[in-house]
Amino acid sequence: MTNHWIDIAHADVIMIIGSNAAENHPISFKWVNEAREKRGAKLINVDPRFTRTSATADNYVRLRSGSDIAFIGGMINYALTNGRIQKDYVVNYTNAAFLVDPEFRGPTDLDGVFSGLSDSKYNKTTWKYQMDADGNPKKDPTLKDSNCVYQLMKKHYSRYDIKTVCEITGGDPKAYDEVYDLYTSTHKPEKSATIMYAMGATQHTYGSQNVRSYAVLQLLLGNIGVAGGGINALRGESNVQGSTDHAALFHILPGYLNTPKASQQTYEQYVKESTPVSNDPMSANWWGNYPKYSASLLKAFWRDADLETGYSYLGKIDNGKNYSTIPIIEQMAWGKIKGLFCWGQNPAVACPSSRLVRRALAKLDWLVAVDLWETETASFWQKEAGVDPSAINTEVFLLPAAASMEKEGSISNSGRWAQWRWKATDPPGDARDDLYIITELVYKLKGLYKKEGGAFPAPILDLNWDYAKMGMDGHVHHPNPREVAKEINGFFLKDKEINGKVYKAGQMVPSFAFLQDDGSTCSGNWLYCNSVSDTENKMMRRGTSDPSGQGFFHDWSWCWPVNRRIIYNRASVDMQGNPWAKDKPVIWWDGLSKKWLGDVPDGGWAPGSKYAFIMLPYGHARLFAPGMADGPFPEHYEPLESQVRNLLSKQQESPVIFRWDKAVQGQVCDPMLVEGAAACVFGSPDKDKFPIVCTTYRVTEHWQAGQMTRWLPWLGELVPDMFIELSEELAKEKGIKNGNKVRITSIRNLEGIVAYAMVTKRFRPFVVDGKKLHQIGMLWHFGYKGRVTGSIANDLTPLIGDANTMIPEYKAFLVDVNREEV
Amino acid sequence: MAEYIKLIDLTKCTGCRACQVACKQWNELPAEKTGFSGSLQNPLDLSYDTWTLIRYDEFEEDGGTKWIMRHDACMHCDWPACVKACPSPGALVKTDTGAVVHDKRFCIGCKACVVACPFDIPRYSKKEEKIAKCTLCYDRITDGKPPACVNACPTGCLQFGPKEQMIEQAHKRADAVGGAVYPSNPKYETHVLYVIPTEIQLAQLQHVNPNPKMPTTILWWKNLFKPFTLLGIGGVAGLAALHYMIKGPHRVSEKEEGGEADG
Amino acid sequence: MDISRRSFLKLTGGTLAVAGIGVGVGVTPALAQPRKIRYASEVPTICPYCAVGCGIIAHVRDGKVINTEGDPNHPVNRGSLCSKGSALFQIPNNDKRLNAVLYRAPGSDHWEEKSWDWALDRIVRKIKDARDKGFQKRNSKGQIVNRVENIASLGGAGLDNEEVYSLVKFKRALGLVYIEHQARI
Repeated sequence: MTNHWIDIAHADVIMIIGSNAAENHPISFKWVNEAREKRGAKLINVDPRFTRTSATADNYVRLRSGSDIAFIGGMINYALTNGRIQKDYVVNYTNAAFLVDPEFRGPTDLDGVFSGLSDSKYNKTTWKYQMDADGNPKKDPTLKDSNCVYQLMKKHYSRYDIKTVCEITGGDPKAYDEVYDLYTSTHKPEKSATIMYAMGATQHTYGSQNVRSYAVLQLLLGNIGVAGGGINALRGESNVQGSTDHAALFHILPGYLNTPKASQQTYEQYVKESTPVSNDPMSANWWGNYPKYSASLLKAFWRDADLETGYSYLGKIDNGKNYSTIPIIEQMAWGKIKGLFCWGQNPAVACPSSRLVRRALAKLDWLVAVDLWETETASFWQKEAGVDPSAINTEVFLLPAAASMEKEGSISNSGRWAQWRWKATDPPGDARDDLYIITELVYKLKGLYKKEGGAFPAPILDLNWDYAKMGMDGHVHHPNPREVAKEINGFFLKDKEINGKVYKAGQMVPSFAFLQDDGSTCSGNWLYCNSVSDTENKMMRRGTSDPSGQGFFHDWSWCWPVNRRIIYNRASVDMQGNPWAKDKPVIWWDGLSKKWLGDVPDGGWAPGSKYAFIMLPYGHARLFAPGMADGPFPEHYEPLESQVRNLLSKQQESPVIFRWDKAVQGQVCDPMLVEGAAACVFGSPDKDKFPIVCTTYRVTEHWQAGQMTRWLPWLGELVPDMFIELSEELAKEKGIKNGNKVRITSIRNLEGIVAYAMVTKRFRPFVVDGKKLHQIGMLWHFGYKGRVTGSIANDLTPLIGDANTMIPEYKAFLVDVNREEV
Repeated sequence: MAEYIKLIDLTKCTGCRACQVACKQWNELPAEKTGFSGSLQNPLDLSYDTWTLIRYDEFEEDGGTKWIMRHDACMHCDWPACVKACPSPGALVKTDTGAVVHDKRFCIGCKACVVACPFDIPRYSKKEEKIAKCTLCYDRITDGKPPACVNACPTGCLQFGPKEQMIEQAHKRADAVGGAVYPSNPKYETHVLYVIPTEIQLAQLQHVNPNPKMPTTILWWKNLFKPFTLLGIGGVAGLAALHYMIKGPHRVSEKEEGGEADG
Repeated sequence: MDISRRSFLKLTGGTLAVAGIGVGVGVTPALAQPRKIRYASEVPTICPYCAVGCGIIAHVRDGKVINTEGDPNHPVNRGSLCSKGSALFQIPNNDKRLNAVLYRAPGSDHWEEKSWDWALDRIVRKIKDARDKGFQKRNSKGQIVNRVENIASLGGAGLDNEEVYSLVKFKRALGLVYIEHQARI
C-alpha cells in the first residue's frame, strides 16, 4: 500500500477492483464505511462476480475476467478527453512533459504491439527519452509536443472509447459512464480517490500492467501521495509485506537490492550497474545511495569479510534467466532440483497445475516441510493424494513449528507497519519456532563443513550468526529475535564521525541516511533502518496518540521507511508546500521553523527544491514506464486461454509471456505429462471443449491454501465443502441444480475435479463479440488434509505467468462444467 | 445498571461472520458438523450450539442483484415471552441491562420458551435436555465490555450502547439511508434493533417476524397456571417432578447435535 | 461504532503498556474483567491471517491461552476482527497441531516420530551432500557464479520478519538461487 488502512477514511471515492476486500480484508471496511459515513464517500466495486463487496457498494459494475486494462483504459480516456486531470500535478510531478524518442511506436501504429518486438521479446532501444546536453530528459511543460508522454498517451488511449471498452469487457456503457464520471471527479486538487486491489489484478499474464494502469489513472487525477489516495495492494498474508521486503524472492536481496547477475563479476561492477545517476540537481535520486545499502547488507551477512569477498559469497543468477516459482516447479518435474524446503507454504494446493506440483515433489530426493499442520505438500506421498506410496522415494521431514502466539517477533502489514508480537504461550509438544530451526541448521551445517570441508565452505563458515550467547559447543541454541531485529536495523561496526557527531561501534544506526558504503556499518535491510534505536525497539510501540488527527499514529509500532505513513507524500502538496487538500493534509511546510509538519516527509528539503518522486532517477512519476517487459503503456490483451478474440488489435495475448508449451516442445513436455494431459498445454486451441471462463478465489472464512483454517472447527463449520459458483442460466443449460455435485475439467485435467454447485443470481453470463460467455468461480482453499476437505482447484489452472513477475494466471482460464452422475 | 441496546445496521453488514465465530469463541460453543448448504449460510439455522447466525438472502431487483446478510440472534424483548413462559425460577431471567439471560443450571428442558418466543430463538438440545440462546453476553456487558459479537464486528453494522442513545442513533441512521427501524411496534420493545435498508421488505428475509407480539397463550399461562404450579410443587424436588411430568424418565441419548467436542 | 468501543470500554491502555527493548509486556493481571478472563494476563499479538495486521489480545492463565479477542486499543481494527481472526483461539488450542518431528522414509506409507537432533542431523547431511554435488563455480559462459541450483526454498510469508530475514540470509549463504515464496503465486 502506498497509504495505509486508516487512511482509506480520507477518500472521496473508493474503487475496489481486482479485490474482494469485504471478504478477504474485512477490517478494511471499517475505514471504507468511515469514509462513506463521515465524508459521504462513494464505493465503486468492479468485478466479474457479485461478491460480499459488491453487495455493499454504491456502484457495482461488471467486467469479464481479464478485461481490466480495457476498463481502466476507458476511464483514462474519459479523463483525458474530458479534461479530468489535475494539470499542475501532472505537469510537475509526472513524466507527462518528457519527450520520447521519435522512433518510438505504440499499439496504435503497430496493431497491438510496441516498437522493438522480435522473438517474443522487446528490444527497448526506442523506449527512451530525448536527452538534453546535461543528460537530462527534454521536457515540454505545455504538453503540446507530439512526442511528449502526454500526447503519446492521448493517442494510445484514444482507442479505449466506452463503446469499444464495453464490447471487450461485456459491461454496460451507461453504468461505465456513470462510474467514469464519478471516479474522475476526484481530479480536483482537494478531492482524492483510492484504489484497493489484490490478486484479481495481479494473477493475469498482464497482471503488472493491470496495476500500472491504476498508477497511470491515479497520477493523472493527482491521487498519489495524498491522503485518501494511492494505489493500495491489499496483501493477503500477515507478513507477505515483510517477506517481500526481506526478499524471499530470487531476483532481490533484502531492501529491494538486486540479486547479482553472472555478468557482474565484481562488487564494483555490481554497484555501478545498480546505482542510477542523475545530473539534475532537482532530482534527489535516492537510489544513488545504493552502495551504502549493499555494503551494509554484505556486512550484516559476513561481518568479517571485506566487501569484495562478501560479494563473491553471493550466488549469481544467469542474465535473463528466471528462477521463480513456475521454473521451480518445472525444474523439480525435470528432476533437476533434488531438495526442497517449504516454510509454511503449501504448493501442492497453492501453485498452478498442482497435480504437476505433486508429481514434481515425488522427483525430489528430500523435502523439508516446516508447518503447524500436516499439509498436502508434506503428505503428497500418501494414499489420500491418489498415489502409491511405495513408488515414491522422496524422504520427507515434517518439522512442527510454533504459531504466531507461541514466539515473539515482528510482522509487517499491508500499510508497512512493522508490529511486534509477544509470546503468549509455549508451542505444543516438541514444536519449535522457525528461528530456532534455522539456527540449528546453520550451526550444524557450519560444524559439518568445518569437519569435512566441501564445496565453497567460506560463505557458511563466515556467516555471522550471533543472535544469542554461544553455548559450550560453540553453537547458538536459543537465538533471540530482538538481536536479529538489531542486525536488520543495523549498527556501527567501528567508531564513525558523521556531521560532527561520533557514533561508537555497536551503536544502532539512527536511520538509513547514516549508513556507509565503506563497510563501517551493517544493516540487514536498509528499509528497516530506524526501527530499532539504542533505547527502544520501535516495532513494540503501542502509543495511541494521533496529534494531527490525520490517522498517522506515529507512536504505534513503526513503519518503513523512517516511520513515513504515506509514501510519495511530497506529491500531496503544491510547489509551494501547501497541501492540495486543506481538510486532509499529509505534510505541510512551516515557514517559521523551516520544517515539514504532519507525516514524516519524503525528504526534508524545502518545497519546490526537489522533485516529488525521490526514488526515481528523474524525480517524476512514470506515466510512460520503459522498465516494463511488455510495454511502456498498458495495452489490452486477452488471457492466454480465452474464448474471445482481441477486439482491439490483432495481437491476441501478451506477446512477451514465457510460453512453456512452446519453449519445451516435445521432449521437454514428457516429464510434465500428468495422466494424459500435459500441464504445459493451454486451452485456446480447444475452445469448444472448454467454453467456460473460470476464476479462482477465496472466501472470508478460509485462508489461502487452507492449512491455517481447514483444521479449525469453527471455520470448517462455516464453509465445510469445496464449491463453485455459477449462474442460473448456465445451471439451466447444463441441468445443474443448486447443491448438485459437478465435475469441472480443463485441458490440463480431463479427469477433472468434483465440487458442489452453488447456483446463484450473483453470477450472470456476459455477452461479448455477439456471443454469450459463461463464467464460473471456484474456491482454492481445499485439499485432502484437514477437518474439512475438498478438491484442489489448482489441479485445473495453467502453468503460465505474467510477463514481468511470473505470477500465474489463476484469474482467467477455460474449463467445462458438468453435473456429476450419481 | 443502565439498559442497553444492540443495534444492527443491515446497510453495513458484509456477512463476514466475525460475530458468528466470536459468539462461539466467547461462549465456548462447539462447531457443528455441517455440510454444503447451497448458500453461504452455515449452519442453516440457530441451534443449541449456535446462538447467532448470519442469514444470507439474495434476490433480483430492478435488474440488479441484492444480497442481504442479516445477523440473527435473540431480540432480548422488554417483556419477554420466554421468561413469562418459563416455569423454572432462574432458568430464564430478564436482567436490568435489558439482556434476557438463560442459566442452564436451572433449565428443566420443558420447551415452554421455545413455543412462546415470537422470534423463534431458544433452541432445545435433546442430548442436554435444555435450551440455550444468546445472552447478550451478560457476563461481558456487566463488566463494561461490549458483547462478543459487537466487539468483533468490523464494519459498524453491530453497535452497542445505552438504550436511549441507540434508539436515537437507529432513527438517525434510518433517516439518513431512507430505511426503517425494526421492530417498529411501540408496544413491543426489544433490546435489539435493526436498521433495514429502504429497498428491503421484511418478507424478503428469512426468519423475521414482521409484527412481533406477546402470544396470548402466555398471558393465560403467566396469570393462571405458572404461579399455581410452582407454589403447588415447590422446591427442588418439585422441579424434578415437573421435569419428569414434562419429559418422562431421563434417557442418555446417542450423539445428536453436540458437534465436535474440541474447541 | 464509537460508543460501542471507545467510551464504553473500561479496558484501559495501562495494562497494555509500551515496552522497551528487553522488557516484557502484558503480564499485568486485568481486574475489571468478566469472570472468565479475570486475573488472566493480556498478551498483545497481531493476527496471522491477512495483512491488515489487526491487534488481538490473548488472555493467558497458567501458561494457556484461555481467550482471544480484538485489541480495542489497536488503531486499525479497534477491537474488531473477521471470522478468521475470531477463530484464532483454535490455533493454540487444537489437538491436530503437529507436536512431534515426523519422518517419512523412502517408499514408506507412514510417518515415524523422530527426535529433533536425529532429524536436523539428517537434514544437514542431505543439504551438504546435495550442495557439494550441485555447487556451480562457473556457469556455461565461464562466469564465476558460486551458486547452487539443485536445492530450492519456498515460503516465508507466514514467518516473522526476524525469521524470514534469517531464512534468506541462510539460503543466500548456501548459494541458493531458487528462493521464492507466496508473494509470487
